[in-house]
Amino acid sequence: MLLSPLPMHIPDGFLSVAVSLILWFATILVVAYALKRVGEDLGERQVPMMGVLAAAIFAGQMLNFTVAGGTSGHLMGAAIATILLGPWAAILVLTCVVGIQALIFQDGGLLVLGANIFNMGIVGTAVAYMAYHTVRRLTGERLWGILVGGFVAAWLSIEIAALGVGLQLAISGISPANIAIPAMGGIHALIGIGEGLITVGALAFLYSARRDLFQANQAGPVGGKTVWVGGLLIALVLAVASPLASAHPDGLEWVAEQKGFLDAAQGPLYNIIPDYVLPGISNEALATILAGIVGTLIVFAVGLLVAYSRRRVQTS
Amino acid sequence: MHIHFLDPYRERSSPIHALDPRVKLVLTLAFILTAALTPVGAWPLFILLFAIILSVEIISELGVLYVLKRAALALPFVLAALPAIFTIPGDTLFSLPVGPWVLRASIPGLERFASIALKSWVSVQAGILLAASTPFPDLLLAMRALRIPRLLVTIFGLMWRYLFVLVDEALRLMRARAARSGLADQPGLKPGGSLVWRARVAGGMAGSLFLRAFERSDRIYMAMLARGYDGEVRSMPLPALRPWHALALVIVLSVLLLLLVMGFLFW
Repeated sequence: MLLSPLPMHIPDGFLSVAVSLILWFATILVVAYALKRVGEDLGERQVPMMGVLAAAIFAGQMLNFTVAGGTSGHLMGAAIATILLGPWAAILVLTCVVGIQALIFQDGGLLVLGANIFNMGIVGTAVAYMAYHTVRRLTGERLWGILVGGFVAAWLSIEIAALGVGLQLAISGISPANIAIPAMGGIHALIGIGEGLITVGALAFLYSARRDLFQANQAGPVGGKTVWVGGLLIALVLAVASPLASAHPDGLEWVAEQKGFLDAAQGPLYNIIPDYVLPGISNEALATILAGIVGTLIVFAVGLLVAYSRRRVQTS
Repeated sequence: MHIHFLDPYRERSSPIHALDPRVKLVLTLAFILTAALTPVGAWPLFILLFAIILSVEIISELGVLYVLKRAALALPFVLAALPAIFTIPGDTLFSLPVGPWVLRASIPGLERFASIALKSWVSVQAGILLAASTPFPDLLLAMRALRIPRLLVTIFGLMWRYLFVLVDEALRLMRARAARSGLADQPGLKPGGSLVWRARVAGGMAGSLFLRAFERSDRIYMAMLARGYDGEVRSMPLPALRPWHALALVIVLSVLLLLLVMGFLFW
């Protein structure tokens, strides 16, 4: 859609129900923990700040720059939110951004919202935090450390999240691992450069305008080490698992067959009632035609009813 | 310029608009779950699901074309499922020579692809109906009823309230840049500066957007303090569910459940 530059918002129907529910579960756990952390560590002042910053990230995703021809680079904002707010608040902010995109703008589905929050909010934030703080620790108090850290954090957060999306699509049996993962990873390796460049520009601007924003976060938030380790683990697992999975798509297909059983064509019941479509109708084509007739009748009746009631309102 | 064009809510006086937002949210989620659980190749079920969503579109008076047009915007992602046509083994339908390789489209592959596309299509329509028939404050109420933590609902609410202000701000930044020829979206026009320079300009814009957001949030916090904010967000108790809304909830849920049971029994 117009507002989502990244092909990273998975719509409904593209993840198997099992994968969607598992990722919902993981997302709820992490977001609940982040809520607890933010409630403890941050003052009441942070509540309006997180709301307005979520709106700013949503609006910031509209900012683009011409790359070449008709293509352009955009901002996703996970890295910059993490750098400015710390990981826990960033997770909440990105949860709200992704949530509104799904709920209001149909950017990404509702059943797969948990997966989308997981990819863009949690994976993006943890990886960005890990990358940024590693680079800053190595470079000390210098501006170029912030800028390099920002670029690496932005690029890595996009790339790892994209690998995650590819892996989820493959596990769901939507597209084979040796196509989905290289495609997502390849496209986003380029998109990530755009994200990195914008993030660096934004950090340079903020550094000269409001240096205090960077010093405030210097101490690091409570539980920062957990996030760092989590980010490192996520990055390593996805960076290692994805090439492995795309090199051996058969193994993943096996997982897809096992996991996707809920929406795979043949359930165990299929064997009990073979060639038996509707009670009394032994032909699948007939069932489809019947459903077509019933569906048409429903829509027709509803249309008539609405037209009738509207005319009655107009005449009275 | 105001950006209310972003708000998908369309005011109508239809029964769908009048339906309790909690019921609408639950039914939307249930509908999408049903579509997701529908087995591949269960065409009769897809037809019935489409008939249901089409009927709701007619009742909602939003205009079927409006919903279908918006639903088309979500289509590009279907590309992700395209490989399924060629990689799932089965009877070959047609083959496409691509350079040295030959892509064989199989019937099970095509069934899988069409099922995914249909699922995603009807689900997007359900989402559009929810957003277009429910004002956002009502959705916040529905979120509270679904036990989403209060702090998160508060951030959602604040975000929505300032979304349009900040999108306006972003559009102003972009207009200022366009006036100084820093951006050329049309092919054939050469954009100014080098790629890195353009990225830095966009980055500066993002930075100043965040800075303005920070400063605005400080002012908002002061204004909230002045009106008695003490860190606790209070909200009105949820109104009771009216009987016919509850009845609609039960009826639609059982219809969806029936469809699912049929799907599992016969496919």
